[in-house]
Amino acid sequence: MSTLSISGLNVFFSTEDGPLHALKDVAFEVPERKIVGIVGESGCGKSTLINAILGLLADNGEVRSGQILFEGSHELTQLSKVEMQNLRGPRISTVFQDPMGALNPVLSVGQQMVNIQYRDDASKAQKAARAVEMLQLVRIPDAESALGRYPHQFSGGMKQRIAIAMALMMEPALLIADEPTTALDATLEVTTIELLKDLQKKIGCSVMFISHHLGVIAELCDDVVVMYAGEVVERGTVRDVFHAPGHPYTRRLLECDPARQTERTRILPTIPGEIPDLRARPQGCVFAARCLQQHLGCDQPQVEQNLGHDHAARCNLADEVSNQEVSA
Amino acid sequence: MLNYAVKRLGLSIAIVSLAMFLLFCMIYLVPGDPASVALGPRATDAMKEALRVKMGLDQPIWVQFWNFFSGAWTGDLGEEVLSGRPVLDVVFEQLPYTLILIAGGITWSVALGIPLGCWAAINRGSFADRLVGILSVAVIAVPSFVVAIYALLIFAVTLQWLPAIGAGEPGDIGDQLVHLILPSLAVGLGWVGYIARMVRASMLEVLEASHIRTARAFGLPDRTITYRYALTIAILPTITLLGVGIGQMLSSAVFAEIVFARPGVGKLVYDAILTRNFPVVTGAVLVTTVIFVLLNLVADLIVGALDPRVRSSF
Repeated sequence: MSTLSISGLNVFFSTEDGPLHALKDVAFEVPERKIVGIVGESGCGKSTLINAILGLLADNGEVRSGQILFEGSHELTQLSKVEMQNLRGPRISTVFQDPMGALNPVLSVGQQMVNIQYRDDASKAQKAARAVEMLQLVRIPDAESALGRYPHQFSGGMKQRIAIAMALMMEPALLIADEPTTALDATLEVTTIELLKDLQKKIGCSVMFISHHLGVIAELCDDVVVMYAGEVVERGTVRDVFHAPGHPYTRRLLECDPARQTERTRILPTIPGEIPDLRARPQGCVFAARCLQQHLGCDQPQVEQNLGHDHAARCNLADEVSNQEVSA
Repeated sequence: MLNYAVKRLGLSIAIVSLAMFLLFCMIYLVPGDPASVALGPRATDAMKEALRVKMGLDQPIWVQFWNFFSGAWTGDLGEEVLSGRPVLDVVFEQLPYTLILIAGGITWSVALGIPLGCWAAINRGSFADRLVGILSVAVIAVPSFVVAIYALLIFAVTLQWLPAIGAGEPGDIGDQLVHLILPSLAVGLGWVGYIARMVRASMLEVLEASHIRTARAFGLPDRTITYRYALTIAILPTITLLGVGIGQMLSSAVFAEIVFARPGVGKLVYDAILTRNFPVVTGAVLVTTVIFVLLNLVADLIVGALDPRVRSSF
């Protein structure tokens, strides 16, 4: 059973210029105790996806069709506001990108960590003890006095570790990590990733890890989902997707990773062009305008092609292209 | 916190000193001889000269300033022209009435303004939000003396629900509170609008902040998020605004005290100006300045107590 199973998810936003199709036929799984990376450039729908899962879409957003099945039994798109609120925190928790702003500036860390345990019957002292335990787990020095301090008294890396401690305190089944290391410097990024990996093993939760850092995804994740313009263009194990990418977008994205540059160069590779206007989605492939492998099939709706065990790409040419690569 | 308080107090003393200097300059620059004004047209030159010496007006300007400045800091604000009583005593006698009036004005503005602003922000874009927006501008636009006169006409004269004049029987707190309702409404009504608008704007800003998204992602109840996580932050600029607003309320108090014939510093200054009792005017203005600066200090200390970021930045 998968912790999270999304199928045929379509999300629309109503805007002044008509409906905006933000997520189109999104489907992927987050298996139990696995870490799934979601990768894609800005505006590819990662945040919308998180908000749709959490039931926190803006007022003008709407899930038109599709299923978000959590732990096999909760259909998140059908839950009432209160039912959803009861899942957020204890069962599904989130670490957000911006550690500077993610904690309330006028409440102490202790107050915030005790407040989120409001569903428990434990005494305040027990809740505080639980918070101290978690802070020690994320290696916050002098955890007991840290409870009385305020967010601005901690560094960015420490704040992000506190946010992780808060998210994992109630031992959720699913942790959504929204670019948790993007705002941190490189050394902190490595320690934070290792910490996340350790804690995930200890707690045994599944993780949905959103990042645009391919190196981090490769290091941390079991599976990867590549998103482009609100569509899942490729999904599979990290090994399959990184070694035998089936979708032209995935290939271009991998080529753009500076870590893959082996020779000195003044110009880093980029993908020219922009994400299409989602208020007027193209009939055919969303990536066609920027794709180097344009073909007759590009103006037709793209069908997800199976490329092997749990590896699929939404490109009509995926079979041919990857076969060519293999033979070449 | 103590460090912050001490620094803020130092700043307040500097502000009061500057205010004293400006006040002295104004008195000095006002045309006419204070001695001849005080003694009236039939006084002889010798009498004027004697009073001038008594008031220290024959001294060089810096000596005059020093006398005024050191006198003011030690509580010596001169004597009332007619009775010869110390000005400070006269002002302090009236001060409690004005402070209670201001407190009443603040109560009105806070008790109505904060819930209205909060409500408008939560129901952004709704009919209620727009209604609050229009009413806010309306009450800001109406001068306090107009509010005072109409409140008096409607509630005291026509409906006869509330007393029209005076401050109530001394010692009878209930009666005094009843007498406070209309004057404090006149002082505070405009500030209901300011505060509602301020709270609405800062509440909307705070509700967009990422820590509120975090709170929602942890499934905290809406009530907790609105009142404990958002309003505690959104209220901070309002407190600072109120600190400044007290200055305007002090000037509204003059009108309210005249219209409702209430004792108070405003009424005292008004009467003193009519009778050319200049030491009282100067003293009352100075005491009011100190009160204003002190209440601003209190507002800043409250913000410091509520916002840990302000505390540690000093």
